[in-house]
Amino acid sequence: MNPFAAILVRDMRLAVRVGGGALMGAFFFLIVITMTPFAVGPDLALLARIGPAILWLGALLASLLTLDRLFATDHDDGSLDLLMMGDIPLELTVAAKALAHWLTTGLPLVVIAPLLGLMLNVDMHALGWLTLTLAAGTPALTFTGLIGAALSVALRRGGLLLAVLVLPLTVPVLIFGVAAANAAIAGPAPFGPAFTILCALSLASLVLGPIAATAALRHGLE
Amino acid sequence: MELQAEGLTCGRGGREVFRNVSFKVPAGEALIVTGRNGAGKSSLLRMIAGLVRIGAGRLSLNGGKTDTPISEQAHYLGHQDAMKTSLTVAENLQFWTRFLGSRSDSSPALELLDLAPLADLPAIYLSAGQRRRLSIARVVAVSRPLWLLDEPTSALDVPSQTRLAEIMRSHLAGGGIIVAAAHGAIGLERARELKLGAA
Repeated sequence: MNPFAAILVRDMRLAVRVGGGALMGAFFFLIVITMTPFAVGPDLALLARIGPAILWLGALLASLLTLDRLFATDHDDGSLDLLMMGDIPLELTVAAKALAHWLTTGLPLVVIAPLLGLMLNVDMHALGWLTLTLAAGTPALTFTGLIGAALSVALRRGGLLLAVLVLPLTVPVLIFGVAAANAAIAGPAPFGPAFTILCALSLASLVLGPIAATAALRHGLE
Repeated sequence: MELQAEGLTCGRGGREVFRNVSFKVPAGEALIVTGRNGAGKSSLLRMIAGLVRIGAGRLSLNGGKTDTPISEQAHYLGHQDAMKTSLTVAENLQFWTRFLGSRSDSSPALELLDLAPLADLPAIYLSAGQRRRLSIARVVAVSRPLWLLDEPTSALDVPSQTRLAEIMRSHLAGGGIIVAAAHGAIGLERARELKLGAA
């Protein structure tokens, strides 16, 4: 097993063990979506209209929920020191950690999204498209959040900083994610352009996120 | 192979910890760094490991792999053990050996440190000394020429200290280099000493 796979396996193992955060995001997501119909009231038309937005907001907050621990736990127990002394570039190490985070936090959200979409009166035929936008967009949430997680470790006690730094960066993802989902459900705008931009945001963050996070970690050397 | 430092200066938090530290350690020898609390022993080790920025001066590992930084040829044994409490002893060790680039099996290192009976125990149940031994097993399991040990004997009982001394001696006999921060004897007879001035 190469070092990249070793980190991936370790972080996923940690996430599903006691004290790991694997299901925390999914449960938070579930709670937000379940409570929304009670808060909004029995107006099915209104629910259908705001459904995609609620789903996307839930996914965004659920992804950020466990992100602040991404490097903090490794920093606290000294693992981060050793991670920085590995044979592979730190960028790859960081990318492996982010991938593990997405697989344990983002992917479960995508998997349960169709079920929760039903609770928000999202049209049956649109559920697939809505899920597709989440699958394409949630990696961008993790990989941009990565930058904030690295910065907050470097600057210490940066929990609040993480939210302040990361949320503005995720606004484009939110806008185009919801736009694509709405286009699939109601139209009249076509699904293609918004979805393509969403994919582009994900791909760009996949590359830029680890590079920026690595720079932040290196800068944090004291 | 030779570890060489010239005029190292370290500042942390705006305060100068040490200045103008120079030393040479040839292959097969150990350097014991001594000094009062706060003299910068740990900072010096972390600096060699690439974890603290070099304020001024030069640090080189002559005769090693020239294209890899010192941090990738060194083991760092710090105060923190870098072990995850929810993983078992074997899982922790296996992860670090794989991550640090070794293809070999990590179980001989567990045997060597008397940790084999505890292999399937989650690391949270280990005592301080056992955690220390697990960290040392990590250093043994992956072959790297330069060992940076920060008070390696802390929390170890007498038999374990003897075992550690044997391990360090065999590393030196194999042409390795050890830089250790210590307050007392760590069981190496022929070692150079570097005394850092108290801050």
